[in-house]
Amino acid sequence: MSAALVESRFDPRAALYDEVLPAGEGWLHEIKLGQTFRIEDLRGNQAVDTLFYSAADPGERYSAQDTIRAQERIYLTTGSRLLSNEGTALLTIVADTCGRHDTLGGACAAESNSVRYDLDKKYMHSCRDTFLRTIVARDALMTKRDIAANINFFMNVPVTPDGGLSFANGVSAPGKYVEMRAEMDVVCLISNCPQLNNPCNAYNPTPVRLLIWGNPE
Amino acid sequence: MKLVHNTVQDVAKDALLWEDCVPGGAHWSGIARRGTTLRMIDVAGGANCSAIFFNRDEKLERYNMADTLKAQHTARLTRGHVCYSDMGRVLCSITADSVGWHDPLCGPSDAATTRAKYGEKTYQDARNDMLRNGRDGLLIELAKWGLGKRDLAATVNFFSKVWVDEAGDMRFVLGHSQAGALVELRFEMDCLVALTAAPHPLDPRPHYAPGAVGIAAWRSGTARPDDECRLSCPENGRGFHNTELYYR
Repeated sequence: MSAALVESRFDPRAALYDEVLPAGEGWLHEIKLGQTFRIEDLRGNQAVDTLFYSAADPGERYSAQDTIRAQERIYLTTGSRLLSNEGTALLTIVADTCGRHDTLGGACAAESNSVRYDLDKKYMHSCRDTFLRTIVARDALMTKRDIAANINFFMNVPVTPDGGLSFANGVSAPGKYVEMRAEMDVVCLISNCPQLNNPCNAYNPTPVRLLIWGNPE
Repeated sequence: MKLVHNTVQDVAKDALLWEDCVPGGAHWSGIARRGTTLRMIDVAGGANCSAIFFNRDEKLERYNMADTLKAQHTARLTRGHVCYSDMGRVLCSITADSVGWHDPLCGPSDAATTRAKYGEKTYQDARNDMLRNGRDGLLIELAKWGLGKRDLAATVNFFSKVWVDEAGDMRFVLGHSQAGALVELRFEMDCLVALTAAPHPLDPRPHYAPGAVGIAAWRSGTARPDDECRLSCPENGRGFHNTELYYR
């Protein structure tokens, strides 16, 4: 896929929020209507497992199936509208220097690791453990029931015309980023993926940088 | 009303549990116990059946699209594949399939896109020929079991084919499923099943004419050691192991 790469118009020095999230850690943060949110892949080929919720109603959340069906394309890049399970845009991707992000691979979990790799892999750290620890620490508004199929920013999961699917080597690189504008007040939940058993992180989970800018208008 | 469509002539009468027919656009839910096989039949051709599965005893455990696809390295479902829960267990196995490709990507239709494509047809105007959409049908069924929209995650569209080209664009295949086409799900866990026979959301046909789906269930037993679905990849062997541990 030869997506046109679109660069940002924002200056990191003007960001309202600018933090580094190490691999294996979770992040829960509100992004207000009109604000712009960037995820930067600092060292390259890091999978960033990401979910979005309406801040007003956590029962309204990012829906992979609604999103890919509406754009009739399985990958995300500039112009993709991230739709909720109510068919409403949560955010729109406005800049992307990577070019392709995954909607189908979901999050690793202790239990799925035991299936995919080996029974004894279930005690390794996983994205779902991070998601659960992050939402439980915050409050009881969200539970396991609210964890649905997530976006994997910077992850490469190609699907072939005959219906094959694989976790392929990454297409990202150090300094690549994706940026999205909030179309409503949203809550973002991230697990910076700790997976060591497949090439989604190039077998080396690394930190990412998260930035938020205010509404320029 | 005729409910029996000769969907199970080949099933022993003493094993048959029940049969039914879900009219096009309508929705259904029920329990499929471990060791039960559920057959779905595309009665007239061109049907779509969007379905989701839950562990009957702990409904926080549900069908997981991503885990199903990545464990089996597939973006389609057919005989030999299984449907995984988010807990690394096999909810059900696809043990027979005359269609060859079922769509796990697109999910059910919804009210807005159904209205945009087909216009308005309310109950007041059309009685039970009103336009029903997949998502609302599934939400009605889930509500009967105390579940709601937070529980409605990705579904499988049985009888529908959507393939993905090199650019990632999704292509719906018209005329994929023929009259009498069938798929069978052998349940490896006690499951709540919810399904809708509303049209596939990418079906380009301009008129609302969803096909009926015949359903029938019988006692089949669970996967044997040499089962095709268990052996189709090493991941499934471990998935069955996890499932069998749960029922010890």
